[in-house]
Amino acid sequence: MRAIVTVIGKDKPGITASVSTALAEKNVNIEDISQTIVQGNFTMIMLCELENAKVSLLELKKELQEKGQEIGVSIHVQHEDIFNAMHKI
Amino acid sequence: MINRKEIIETIDMVEKEHFDVRTITMGISLFSCIRDDAEKTATLCYDKICKKAENIVKIAGDLGNEYGVPVINKRVSITPASLLTASFSGKEIVLAKALDRAAKTVGVDFLGGYSALVHKGMTSFEESFIKSIPEALYLTERTCSSVNVGSSKSGINMDAVRLMGKIIKESAIKTADNDGLGAAKLVVFCNAVEDNPFMAGAFHGVGEAETVINVGVSGPGVVHHALKSAKGASIPELAEIIKKTAFKITRVGELMAREASKRLNASFGIVDLSLAPTPVMGDSVAHILEEMGLESVGAHGTTAALAMLNDAVKKGGVMASSSVGGLSGAFIPVSEDIGMINAAKSGAISLSKLEAMTSVCSVGIDMVAIPGDTPDTTISGIIADEMAIGMINNKTTAVRIIPVPNKKVGDGVEFGGLLGSAPIMSVSPYGCAEFINRGGRMPAPIHSNKN
Repeated sequence: MRAIVTVIGKDKPGITASVSTALAEKNVNIEDISQTIVQGNFTMIMLCELENAKVSLLELKKELQEKGQEIGVSIHVQHEDIFNAMHKI
Repeated sequence: MINRKEIIETIDMVEKEHFDVRTITMGISLFSCIRDDAEKTATLCYDKICKKAENIVKIAGDLGNEYGVPVINKRVSITPASLLTASFSGKEIVLAKALDRAAKTVGVDFLGGYSALVHKGMTSFEESFIKSIPEALYLTERTCSSVNVGSSKSGINMDAVRLMGKIIKESAIKTADNDGLGAAKLVVFCNAVEDNPFMAGAFHGVGEAETVINVGVSGPGVVHHALKSAKGASIPELAEIIKKTAFKITRVGELMAREASKRLNASFGIVDLSLAPTPVMGDSVAHILEEMGLESVGAHGTTAALAMLNDAVKKGGVMASSSVGGLSGAFIPVSEDIGMINAAKSGAISLSKLEAMTSVCSVGIDMVAIPGDTPDTTISGIIADEMAIGMINNKTTAVRIIPVPNKKVGDGVEFGGLLGSAPIMSVSPYGCAEFINRGGRMPAPIHSNKN
């Protein structure tokens, strides 16, 4: 099962590092990643594979949200299907 | 990979525009619980609801978390209760209380289906059942009631219309301490749908499967936001935007409904895409209409704007799912929509204009507070008008009206929570008692003869 992880917040050093470390610790594989900075706002979107993950989607979501609070960004973790359903015919 | 813009758009819809799955409603057939004894039937109904809906709250929460779209309400609808109480007329309240207990045990906020279908005629047990409604609504918290009094196929049961005027008034009087809250949980229908997930009118139709999941998605804020970026656009351009937005919203509903039915071991029923407002700012249907260019909802042009909105919502929904059902359209409850509340307070919208609007949108006169001293025959007159609109136009119409005890035009009433607040609106001072008291069945329209 794949999930989309979206990180939004004010840009500062180390955001990508700390989020990807957190994912690696749970054995979540990052299949695709893109990031941009628009007017100081950092947005990173990652496509993650949870097949061999040590945690469930809900557990991962909880952990990443805590991580987000710690580093001052908002982190969303959503099942990939929601985007396929909404944006593909 | 999925488009970045689309991902951000989805997140914004939830975070900034109040997009949510308004309700996951489990329909449960209770036919297997019928016995000739009130207590036995009530116990079996309680047990079955608790067993079938045991996990609905947890699973709805999980789904909301996994997909990142919150599920606001979890509900249960049941077989019309009048069919369960046929052999113990006079003891219907025993069942009403058991249903309410079951709703509390499984943790749903409302249970719908304390209902009767009497659109062509009324049996003695149905009459007894309907007369139990005010007491049932007084003694319960989460039980909702509805009565279908007309259909395009059979006409309007004017005896039931007359009776419902009295029942609504009695329901309000019994709950006078709560400003007539009982009447806010009671809907009178024409062409009631059997798979509606929204309250207070949900019930599990007799033609439905054993256990069914129906999902209601909403999103007035999302549509409003989409229209904001279309200043100066023509009407067909607006219709196109609404259609596309409705498509996206419905797809979410369909995904969640299929997943919910799988996890809850129930059949997938329908997705009901209804723009259902809440009293929260940014979640108003009235504001969508105003965004289209009306100075206030209720102005001339309102009916036309609503007609276009309702139609575009349906078209987007139908494209998105083959299982669109329920009411699917725009709701215009007064007390539950901040734009409507303001328009009613300022006098921009009247009961007459609301009635006109109901001829082009789903449902009808909804959550309207009127003076407590309104004669019951006048309430029946309001019902009859609304039922006629539904019958002639082959659509569902409804009346959920609250004659607030001891209040008059100019006063306000606060129901709280999702039910919101409303100013007391004026009704015609001219009577219709003689017309209502004639009784009998209003014949079905000529176009009902299609066989």
